[in-house]
Amino acid sequence: MTPILQLDHLSKRYAPGHPPVVNDLNLSVSAGELLTLLGPSGCGKTTTLRLIAGLEQPDSGDVLIGGRNVTTPFAPPERRGVGLVFQDYALFPHLSVLGNVLFGLSHLPRAQRLPRARETLALVGLTVFESRRPHELSGGQQQRVALARALAPRPTLLLLDEPFSNLDAQLRHATRQEIRSILRAAGTTAILVTHDQEEALAFSDRIVLMRAGQAEQIGTPHDVYTQPRTAFVANFLGRSNLLSGTADRHMARTALGIIPLQEPRSGPVLVSVRPEHLRFTDDPAAPEVTIQAREFKGHDITYTVTLDGNRQELLVHGPSDDLRPEGSRARLSVTQPARPVQ
Amino acid sequence: MTRRRPPLALLLPALLTVAGVLLPLAYLLIRALGAEGTELREIVFRPRNLELLANTLLLTGSTLITTTLVALPLAYLAARTDLRPRRALMLAGVLPLAIPGYVGAYAMLAASGPGGTIETLTGINWPGPTGFWGALGILTLFTFPYLFLNLHAALRAQDPALEDAARLLGRTPAQTFREVTLPYLRPAWLSGALLIALHVLGDFSVVSLMRYPTFSAAIYQQYTAAYDRVYSAWLALGLLLVTGAALLLEARLMRGLHLARVSPGGAREVRTTRLGRARPLAWAFVAALTGAALIVPLGTIGYWLRLETNPFAWASLWDALKSALGAAAIAAVTTTALAFPLAYIGSRAQGSLARFTERAAYLGYATPPLAFALALVFFSLKVAPPLYQTFPLLILAYTLHFVAEAVGPIRTSLSSATPRLEEAARLLGQTSRGALARVTLPLIRPGLLVSAAFVFLSVLKELPLTLLLAPIGFETLARNVWAYTEEAQYAAAAPYALALALSGAVLTLLILRREHRPAPRPPRPPKEQA
Repeated sequence: MTPILQLDHLSKRYAPGHPPVVNDLNLSVSAGELLTLLGPSGCGKTTTLRLIAGLEQPDSGDVLIGGRNVTTPFAPPERRGVGLVFQDYALFPHLSVLGNVLFGLSHLPRAQRLPRARETLALVGLTVFESRRPHELSGGQQQRVALARALAPRPTLLLLDEPFSNLDAQLRHATRQEIRSILRAAGTTAILVTHDQEEALAFSDRIVLMRAGQAEQIGTPHDVYTQPRTAFVANFLGRSNLLSGTADRHMARTALGIIPLQEPRSGPVLVSVRPEHLRFTDDPAAPEVTIQAREFKGHDITYTVTLDGNRQELLVHGPSDDLRPEGSRARLSVTQPARPVQ
Repeated sequence: MTRRRPPLALLLPALLTVAGVLLPLAYLLIRALGAEGTELREIVFRPRNLELLANTLLLTGSTLITTTLVALPLAYLAARTDLRPRRALMLAGVLPLAIPGYVGAYAMLAASGPGGTIETLTGINWPGPTGFWGALGILTLFTFPYLFLNLHAALRAQDPALEDAARLLGRTPAQTFREVTLPYLRPAWLSGALLIALHVLGDFSVVSLMRYPTFSAAIYQQYTAAYDRVYSAWLALGLLLVTGAALLLEARLMRGLHLARVSPGGAREVRTTRLGRARPLAWAFVAALTGAALIVPLGTIGYWLRLETNPFAWASLWDALKSALGAAAIAAVTTTALAFPLAYIGSRAQGSLARFTERAAYLGYATPPLAFALALVFFSLKVAPPLYQTFPLLILAYTLHFVAEAVGPIRTSLSSATPRLEEAARLLGQTSRGALARVTLPLIRPGLLVSAAFVFLSVLKELPLTLLLAPIGFETLARNVWAYTEEAQYAAAAPYALALALSGAVLTLLILRREHRPAPRPPRPPKEQA
């Protein structure tokens, strides 16, 4: 089956001499998939989105939408069948809610436009607001109008550019779930851009972790979280302790003692140990630490500790019924095989 | 939080401003209605009134269309395309404002016709501008910058995401311009169009020189030639009604326009369109406009300047310059002093009080100067005859007319001198007056200076108030250009016209700098958003 979207060696720099914003990016998205581009500011994720939408032209490489090459010859945004929900929504202030949603439906026969617009507004639960102007709506409502406007023409591919970043924390959570189920119900293929790792983990079927214009790792949220390929991924997605050591097949010698590895390695190695895979223990053979700081989070506690040997700082998640005072001493053990990273 | 009423010392100027504008106008009304019954009927139902009304409306409406046809493409070229240098386009769009309409009319008359500059230099007999088309052409060339400034600022400020969204919803670039950009420009167009309408309604000089009778031209003619007081009062009332209708129409069309950016979040730079093969066409448009609005007038002034052989000309110029500069300097001080309390209340008070002071400031500006001058003539003759044709009355008229111009820059600078700072000064032991003097006034000094400069240069160019209210023998640059042009003594008018164009250029560059300040974002490549 042809993928809905394919990026083929895509590159873009904004001015000659500047470093590339998108650098030889390859990606393929299949029908119905919810994909997230995740990365820090400036990693090229928004530019990738704009290249797909046709709002920017790539320097080299191709974008294929539904198997059709839209970069050579260059297809303007209006001929790509792609929807985009903007970060600041970009609702037309001179049109009503209904007018905004109708805006993208001019290709339909006249008789179908209004039913389609109302149907889409019903999908986002805003039918009663159809005659209001955008400035009369709350942030969350504007957000849903923006989604309805982008969904109404039934695009082959929907792009969402940090759509939740202007909502407050509680609304963000609810809207995210709601939009996810709307997209699922409509069977829409969507690409979300975000720098919020929690959002990426909760929203997507697959995550593309981007760094300096390239895909650092692509996989399901579970795979990327449990099997980070690089130190950058391990630290950007969740928190992680990075330890250097010497590996010999399935074991490695580190400052935390000899610990098991997920995959066999040999020679010098860097391993990632998640804070939830460290536990305080009474085993007298375990390495000793001093507790520097404690963050109580309700369901668990995050401790910052320093290893007695090399003064390295580590993060440890402990259960909330085992309170340990700051400044006290303890011993640590590793409960799961560690992940070797690059 | 409770809102305290501003002190009476600040409220009083606002009330005086309103009284200063409304009392003479009220007297104008009394005067107009004071005629005998039969005389009244004869005046009101004179067929000429309808002709004047039709001419006034036709000229105003046509000027709005032609200025839009000039200003919109130029603003688009400067704001949205890769035509460079951008600064040259800005100057082409703004500098014509430096040339007062009557100087423009003078230059066009002196350039054309038998014996004009064009015929002498090229041998081609270029017909002189006259009538409706002459007035329309000259008013278009020298008022379109009001629209250009507004449209350009709006085009630069528009969120490019709106146009992107339209493209993604299937619109071509042309459709996007029509369905998204044009509606977005409506408020900017409306406020620019109001300025142009006020200007055209109030102008008597260009229409008089073009012999195209409108309300303003007729008032001037009545005043100088026939001096029928009742009839000129009626004409002034007619002009006031048309102006009021224009103000109401604009407010009505503006109502409910919420076209500011709706959504929060960072915006991108506006995108520039590559002109490609249209580039020569764009340059031809800019060149033709610059030629007509700048090069022909300045060239003509320069040409006639060489023909000015009167040995006393420079001495007279010096005299006129001295009295003009003196009047402008005094008016600049009085106007800024009146504008400060108005701006202060407008920015600090809330609700109806702020709106009231704001309207008070604009009342004098919106009143056509000829009607206002006439009202002041009648009023002073009736109430205080010794004031008639005195210097203080002239300064009062300048002050009330130009106070709106001075309010703007002061208000802008007041936004940086927040009430918090005054509160801090109060907590450190200052009285409210001390806080004003030691904190707020020093902070807004740049704004006060800009205001004074605006008024200074505007008074230099001012014609109708000066003509009707100045003391006998009081010569200014504007008055002399007008007087010599009316007599077709083009060489004698040239030095005054040049001095005016130069001072106008200074004012224009000031406006241009202010126009640039609110958006000091340097061009940079689009960045990833956080």
